[in-house]
Amino acid sequence: MANLKELSTRPEALGCGHRLCAGCGAAPIVRQILMASDKPVVIANATGCLEVSTTVFPYTAWNVPWMHNAFENAAATLSGIEAAYNSLKRQGKYDKEVNFVAFGGDGGTYDIGLQSLSGAMERGHDMVYVCYDNGAYMNTGIQRSSATPLGADTTTSPAGELVPGKRGGRKDLTEIMVAHGIPYVAQGSPSHWNDLVTKAKKAFDVKGPAFINALASCNRGWRHEPADTIAITRLGVETCFWPLYEVEEGKVKVTYKPREKKPVVEFLKAQGRFRHLFKPENKHLLDQIQAEVDKKWEDLLKREA
Amino acid sequence: MSSKVALTGNEAVACAMRQIDPDVVAAYPITPQTDIVQYFSQYVADGRVKTEFVTVESEHSAMSATVGASAAGARAMTATSSQGLALMWEIVYIASSLRLPIVMPVVNRALSAPINIHCDHGDTMGARDSGWIQLYSENAQEVYDNTLQAVRIAEHPDVLLPVMVCQDGFITSHALENLVVEDDEFVKRWAGPYKPDRALLDLDRPMTIGALDLQDYYFEHKRSQIEAMNNAGRIVKAVGEEFGKKTGRTYGFFEAYRLDDADIAIVVLNSTAGTAKPVVDALRADGIKAGLLKPRMFRPFPAAELAAVLKGAKAIAVMDRAEGFSAMGGPIFPEIRSALYDVEKKPVVVNYVYGLGGRNIGTKDIKAVYDELAQVAKTGQYSRLVTYLGVRE
Repeated sequence: MANLKELSTRPEALGCGHRLCAGCGAAPIVRQILMASDKPVVIANATGCLEVSTTVFPYTAWNVPWMHNAFENAAATLSGIEAAYNSLKRQGKYDKEVNFVAFGGDGGTYDIGLQSLSGAMERGHDMVYVCYDNGAYMNTGIQRSSATPLGADTTTSPAGELVPGKRGGRKDLTEIMVAHGIPYVAQGSPSHWNDLVTKAKKAFDVKGPAFINALASCNRGWRHEPADTIAITRLGVETCFWPLYEVEEGKVKVTYKPREKKPVVEFLKAQGRFRHLFKPENKHLLDQIQAEVDKKWEDLLKREA
Repeated sequence: MSSKVALTGNEAVACAMRQIDPDVVAAYPITPQTDIVQYFSQYVADGRVKTEFVTVESEHSAMSATVGASAAGARAMTATSSQGLALMWEIVYIASSLRLPIVMPVVNRALSAPINIHCDHGDTMGARDSGWIQLYSENAQEVYDNTLQAVRIAEHPDVLLPVMVCQDGFITSHALENLVVEDDEFVKRWAGPYKPDRALLDLDRPMTIGALDLQDYYFEHKRSQIEAMNNAGRIVKAVGEEFGKKTGRTYGFFEAYRLDDADIAIVVLNSTAGTAKPVVDALRADGIKAGLLKPRMFRPFPAAELAAVLKGAKAIAVMDRAEGFSAMGGPIFPEIRSALYDVEKKPVVVNYVYGLGGRNIGTKDIKAVYDELAQVAKTGQYSRLVTYLGVRE
C-alpha cells in the first residue's frame, strides 16, 4: 500500500464545503476508503447524513460522479450503474476503468436497505459497499436502528424509569455479509486508518462484491466532544466492542489485536448515550455487554485459528 | 420487411424489447407479466441481445437498478404489473423526477386486497400522477407499436420522461393474436443509438445526481418537469405520425371510432374498446348513432382534443376499469367530464365502473350501456351518475 505521504497527495473525492457536523465519523471514513482506489470512482449514496450534508442544491461537495436515489436502494441503484458500465463496455461504447462504491449509514444498510444489499451481493456485482455505522438513525434525530447497541439511549429507545435504553443487542451485519459468501468482507474503524485503507484497497481489488462495515461515531447521538471522535472509535477497537477483522474468500483474519484488551466500560463511559447504565441497578447490563463482547471476540479468535 | 405473426401481448412486448436491444434490463417476475421476463431471459441466454440483464430481488430494486442504469447513460427498461408497480412506487416518482427516459411495459392487473391476478387498471391508474407518460393498448399490435414508439417519445430532448406501455392482463398479455412485426433492422434504425446529453459515467464531467433540493429550488425543478409533460403530447403525436409513415400504422392521442356524428358515445380504453366496436357497428346498422372513443395517451391528458371530438354527443359513458374511491367513480371519468366543462353545449356524462378483478365484460354489457345512454340522451337526465356494471349489489 502507498504510505501516508503518498495517500495525502491523492485528489479528494469529497471536497471542502460539505456540511457534516464537526467531528462526524462519516467524513474520515469516506476519505480513507476513497484514498485506496487506484481508479476513478463512481458513487451511490443512500439517503442519510452523508447525502444531505454534501449535496444541498445548487452545491455539491463531490468532485466525482455521485448519485443518490433513495434510502433503501443504494446497492440496487449501484447494481444498475455497474450493469450499464458492463453493457456499454461490452459494446465498445465506454473505455474507462472505474471502481464502484456505495455508502450508506446503518439505517440504510442494516435495516431498510438490507434486502437491496443482499440482492446486490448475491448477484455478484463488482462493487464495494461501505456502511458507516454510527448505531442509530442520526439524520432524523437519533432513533434506534438494528445496529444500536444494547442499552443505548436513543430518541426511540429512551432510557426511562422502566426501560433502560435499547432492549437487545446489535444485529451482526458483518457476519450476515460473510454468510453471503462474497469475496471480501471487513470491519474497520477510522481510528486505524492504515488498517481501513488497506482493507479498502483489497475490497477494490477483488473481482465481485465486497462489504466494509466501518465504525462511525456521531457525537450528537453518542454524546461526546466533537474532538473525541477518533479517540472514541479507537476505544471501540481497543475494547473489542468493534473488532478489526476481515474475511477474504472465507478465511478469517483478525487484523488488529489489542495488546491489552480494555474493559468495554471504557468505551461506554466516554459516551452520554450509555450514562444511565452506570446506575447501580443497571450493573447487570454492563456485565451483559461485557460478556457478549468477550464471547464474540473469543469466537473470532477461534475462527481465525 | 415486416412480417405477420401470431404472438401473445407479452410475446409482442418481449419481441419489441429484443429488437430495441436496450443496454440494461432489470426486472422481476410477476403474474401476468412473467412471460416478458422469461422470453427476455432466453434472448439473453441465446446471445440475441447485447443487454445486461439484472435479475433483481424485488420490483423496488428493479426500478432502482433501472434508474441507476439510465442515469449512468444506458438505455434501460423494466416491466411489471400490479403489486410490482405498487412496490416500485417510491422510485417510480424518482425516475420521472430525475427525467430518465425509461420505458416500462405494464401488464394491467388488479391490486390487492383481496389478492387477484386478473385484469383491471387500478395499478397504472394509481400511477397516473407519478410524472410518467402513459400509453394504453387495445391489442398485441398496439402494445408492440406503443413499445417501439415509447423509446422515441421518452428520449426526445423536449421530453425526457419515462413511459408506461399498458396492456390488459391475460386478455391481451396471454391471448394469441395476429400482428405485424417490423424487421430487426427497421427497429434498430427507428430506435437509433442512445446518446444522452449527460451521464453519470462521464468522468470528464462529474455530476451529482439526486441532490437535496429545498424551498429555494424544488419548485423550479417541478415546474420544468411539468413543462416536459406539457411538451410530451406534441412529441407523442409527431412520433405516432412518423411511425405511421414508415409502417402504415398511424397513432394519435386516441382512436375515435364512428364518433363524428354520434349522439351517444362510450369512452373506454384497452381491450374493452375492441369488445365495444362490434356493438357500435350493430347499433349503427339499426340506425342508432353510437360511437366510441378509445384513449391511447392518458398522461399527458389531451383534454382539448378529447373535448373537440366528444362535444357533439348528447350522452357519454366513461367506462373505468378502476375505482378511485373518491365517491365520484373511476379515475378517467372526472377528467373527461372536466375536459367538457368549457364546451358550449355540454353532453351528459356518466360513469360505469366495470371489470374489477378481471370480471368479464361482454358485448351484452356494452350494449346495455348504450341502451341506457340512449335514454339519457333522449331525456337529458341520468338516474345514476356512477354505475357498477356486472356486480352483484
